[in-house]
Amino acid sequence: MSHLLSPSIMRLVLPVIYAVVIVAVLPLLAGYIVLVERKVMADMQARLGPMRVGPHGLLQPIADAVKLLLKEDIIPDKADRLLFWLAPLVSVTMALLAYAALPIGPAFQIADLNIGLLFILAVSSLGIYGIVLGGWASNSHYSLLGALRSAAQLVSYETAAGLGLISALLLAGSLSMKDIVIAQYDQGIWFIFYVPIGFFIYMVGSIAETNRAPFDLPEAESELVAGYMTEYSGFRWSLYFLAEYANMIIVAGIATTLFLGGWLRPFASSHTALPGTSIELLDALPSLLVLGVALYCFYLAPRQPVKIQKLVMAMAGGLCLIIAGVLVGALFASPAVLQGIHGAFWFLAKVFAYIYFFLWFRFTFPRYRFDQLMRLGWRFLIPLALVNLIATATALLATREWGGSLFFYTVLADVVTLAVAMFLAKNDEVDSVVPVADGE
Amino acid sequence: MSDPRGTELSNVSATVLGADEIILNMGPQHPSTHGVLRVKLKLDGERVVDSECIIGYLHRGVEKIAEHRSYQQFAPYVDRMDYVAAVSNGLGYCEAVEKLLGTEAPIRARVVRTILTELQRIASHLLWLGTHALDIGALTPVFYCFREREEILKIFEKYCGARLTTHAFRIGGLQYETYDGFEQDVKRFCDDFAHRIDEYETLLTENRIWVGRTKGVGILSAADAIALGVTGPVLRASGVKWDLRKAMPYAAYDQYKFEIPTRETGDTYDRYVVRMEEMRQSRLICLQAIENIPTGPIMARIGKVLKPPPGEVYHSIEAPKGELGYYIVSDGTTQPYRVRVRPPSFINLQAFDKMARGSLVADVVAIIGTIDIVLGEVDR
Amino acid sequence: MANDPSEKDPVSKPPASGAEEKPIAQKPAEHSQTASPADAPKSPDAPAPKSPASAATTPAAPPAPGAPAAKPAAPAAAAPKAAAPPAKEAPPKPLPLDNELVQKLKARFGDAIREATLDRKQAIVTIAADQLREISRYFRDEEKFDMLVDLTAVDWPKREKRFDVILILYSFAKNERVRLKAHAGETEPVPSVCEIWPAANWLERECYDMFGIVFEGHPDLKRILMPDEWQGYPLRKDYDILKQDTDWVRENLGIESGQ
Repeated sequence: MSHLLSPSIMRLVLPVIYAVVIVAVLPLLAGYIVLVERKVMADMQARLGPMRVGPHGLLQPIADAVKLLLKEDIIPDKADRLLFWLAPLVSVTMALLAYAALPIGPAFQIADLNIGLLFILAVSSLGIYGIVLGGWASNSHYSLLGALRSAAQLVSYETAAGLGLISALLLAGSLSMKDIVIAQYDQGIWFIFYVPIGFFIYMVGSIAETNRAPFDLPEAESELVAGYMTEYSGFRWSLYFLAEYANMIIVAGIATTLFLGGWLRPFASSHTALPGTSIELLDALPSLLVLGVALYCFYLAPRQPVKIQKLVMAMAGGLCLIIAGVLVGALFASPAVLQGIHGAFWFLAKVFAYIYFFLWFRFTFPRYRFDQLMRLGWRFLIPLALVNLIATATALLATREWGGSLFFYTVLADVVTLAVAMFLAKNDEVDSVVPVADGE
Repeated sequence: MSDPRGTELSNVSATVLGADEIILNMGPQHPSTHGVLRVKLKLDGERVVDSECIIGYLHRGVEKIAEHRSYQQFAPYVDRMDYVAAVSNGLGYCEAVEKLLGTEAPIRARVVRTILTELQRIASHLLWLGTHALDIGALTPVFYCFREREEILKIFEKYCGARLTTHAFRIGGLQYETYDGFEQDVKRFCDDFAHRIDEYETLLTENRIWVGRTKGVGILSAADAIALGVTGPVLRASGVKWDLRKAMPYAAYDQYKFEIPTRETGDTYDRYVVRMEEMRQSRLICLQAIENIPTGPIMARIGKVLKPPPGEVYHSIEAPKGELGYYIVSDGTTQPYRVRVRPPSFINLQAFDKMARGSLVADVVAIIGTIDIVLGEVDR
Repeated sequence: MANDPSEKDPVSKPPASGAEEKPIAQKPAEHSQTASPADAPKSPDAPAPKSPASAATTPAAPPAPGAPAAKPAAPAAAAPKAAAPPAKEAPPKPLPLDNELVQKLKARFGDAIREATLDRKQAIVTIAADQLREISRYFRDEEKFDMLVDLTAVDWPKREKRFDVILILYSFAKNERVRLKAHAGETEPVPSVCEIWPAANWLERECYDMFGIVFEGHPDLKRILMPDEWQGYPLRKDYDILKQDTDWVRENLGIESGQ
């Protein structure tokens, strides 16, 4: 179609199409991530999870969405109506806005800003307003306290996460998300191998930023302060919820772009063709993987106890076959299409892998108490991030001055940072005895 | 219905943000108070300055009911006090009445009683562990603990037909013989349980976050514990090595070898460690007991109508939560004149104020959990 | 000593306040309270009620429960038929060991120690209520009974001093229990032992709540289990559950309770 339209019009229309696609798909995706979370949670807890609504609980998110939409809209009596209405809107808008710069594929990006990363970070920070406004507008001091605590936590850990990101940014040399991925392609290695500690810092920071366990004290049900979301119900609550999961995908997207190579497949810069063809060996990987999943589904299907589950398994297998087919088909299409489709596959795979860690941590660790959480952020993570930053910068400088492999210097830098980390961890035991002179 | 419980706490007017001290009410309905317990906290910022537990929401007048039932009729009521560990309640009551009658259950009954009571102790501690971990934010152990508890409840169901409020024992012994396969079931459970409990330990005991949330929280010194009448794992964690099963053995406990876990500091972490170790020791007792259950009658010959000679007796056992005592006064009739239950949870809960003062609000939930209360027993 | 003495004789010293104790005379074995002030050694094998005033519920009952009661447990050494029971002396002194404690008590407090008995191998010391605090302090400090196990009350409405306030104490060092009993009248305040054993705080509140016994010196004596505005004291024998319940339902719910 694109040859029919002039490039300038395409430049206007394509982003709109992408934006519509993203905004349309995102709620569904968030809902299904919730379902995946519940199933993974159940698996870790030796039980099954949602099974009733739709086969294997597959229609659960739909049911939840319908329920939330139909719920009565309750506004607390003395709440500030405008702010009450505005707060979840701010959260969701900022969360969705950040998708503008997220590169899902080389051509699949709504806006290739040259300050892409900065834009995303800035917009995510604005999402904190939504939380504080929500706490304020509820006219309940418990909500406000919860909101303030949440905001404090988010601000602290954003600092740490941002500092962790900068170490990868130094290696990339540009703020544009697309350029960062291309830099990883040019250097032939994902940045996580250069700055694993930066990745770790970013991961911890992002878990805290999205209010996920073990940093979810402000919104835990067993705590006294039920958090900023207390007074929200129905659709407004679902907006907050959507904002939270959209944020999760954003931070996963940032991590993927900066550390895990974005849309690049593993070993993107090495080209080993399959014998006799021009198809690269590693490009066949996605199709093989998905084919494997499909075969596994077909293997499991007859072994299900109930007929509907057999059907669902078979359908899942079929779906996987279709995806595998698309992936294989892309192999024979133009390089742009190949990169586009396979790129999207790899990007999504990495994002889901990152999110899986979020789920895993949630159900393994107990919760940090708020003061322990803040202490961890300010007295461990931020100093560590600073040290990591300096070490990485030094490594880069060393490479430039003295030549040699960057990898070697970054390994040295990482060793030094690791030593500092152990020193910090030992020195600053997360103890629960808070000194008496603790004014709050 | 108004509830003007007046103390110095309620004299403070409604909370104002920015004032120095606020009153926080953890109402009777709250996911973490393990029942209908109301806790009023006076906070200075994040710190608890004063606290008050308001109980009585589950008061059912069990002691009054006892005066209008015969001894055997009252036995099922006893289960419903500490409904999490019903078998222990039954053991205490039956043994108290047996003492009142001047009789004793035959040895086979005593050994089976021991096995079931120790299984119940494991079940009670498992429930405690699951809910305590859940309060602190570990969402997974609760399911594992309930899975183990399920096995124990299955054994109870096969034995006496009920899982929770079992009425497993009768005055004078047992009503039911052990079912075929009882020993195998218990043995299989005990064999599985050994590595399962190790699994739960790996999730929590060395976990930095868990240690951070529980070490130094809710410290109760040994002197305070004794002065407050605290018994059970709370006392042992504070450093007093005392267990009624060893100090004043009852049932068949004097025949088995087991340790009494004790720790020194008396914080939440110590209570956790003590209860985990107690579960292991209970398992050992069960294994020793099923090796050799003596044959013989399961019921003493005491007749159907029980009229203990007038007098009184106090008998207590080491229930999972502490010293559970029964003070029964008989007037020679078929109905007791007075039954007083010495509830370990009630008396342990008194120590809450001592433990919570000076701690942070977020720790209050951990402290309530660590005392291990069951409101049915607190309120009766 | 307190719980498991080797000798099982009940030791009863006829209490000063007689009147309607429960009919104990019949069951000889371990019954301490006797209504009859007679010092005569009650031979255990006299099922006939010695105390005329005793509300003999079941004069015929004793043999029946007596027999099974006496059977397995040696303590009931006096089977109703036993001809030569372990000598029951009139004077109280229960057991040698008990002697020591009781003697020390008597030496120290004299008349405040009304009676010391042994019931089913458990020591009971009846004391004067007004000396409760001093005696408790003595028990805690000198005799090392550092734990208050329980504090409760029993209502004997036909007696002049209707309440029995019971304290059960435990000594870790000696691994012994002892029971203190004090008689208190309906309107008579009992000294509180909160400052001696902080455990008494809630226990005394519960006593107050259930019986209406006022503890003097208690820091915060209010109801604990019943709602604050409840009228009446539930565990008293003259408290009718049904009536109060129907009244409450009528007042608060506006309907007639169907009971």
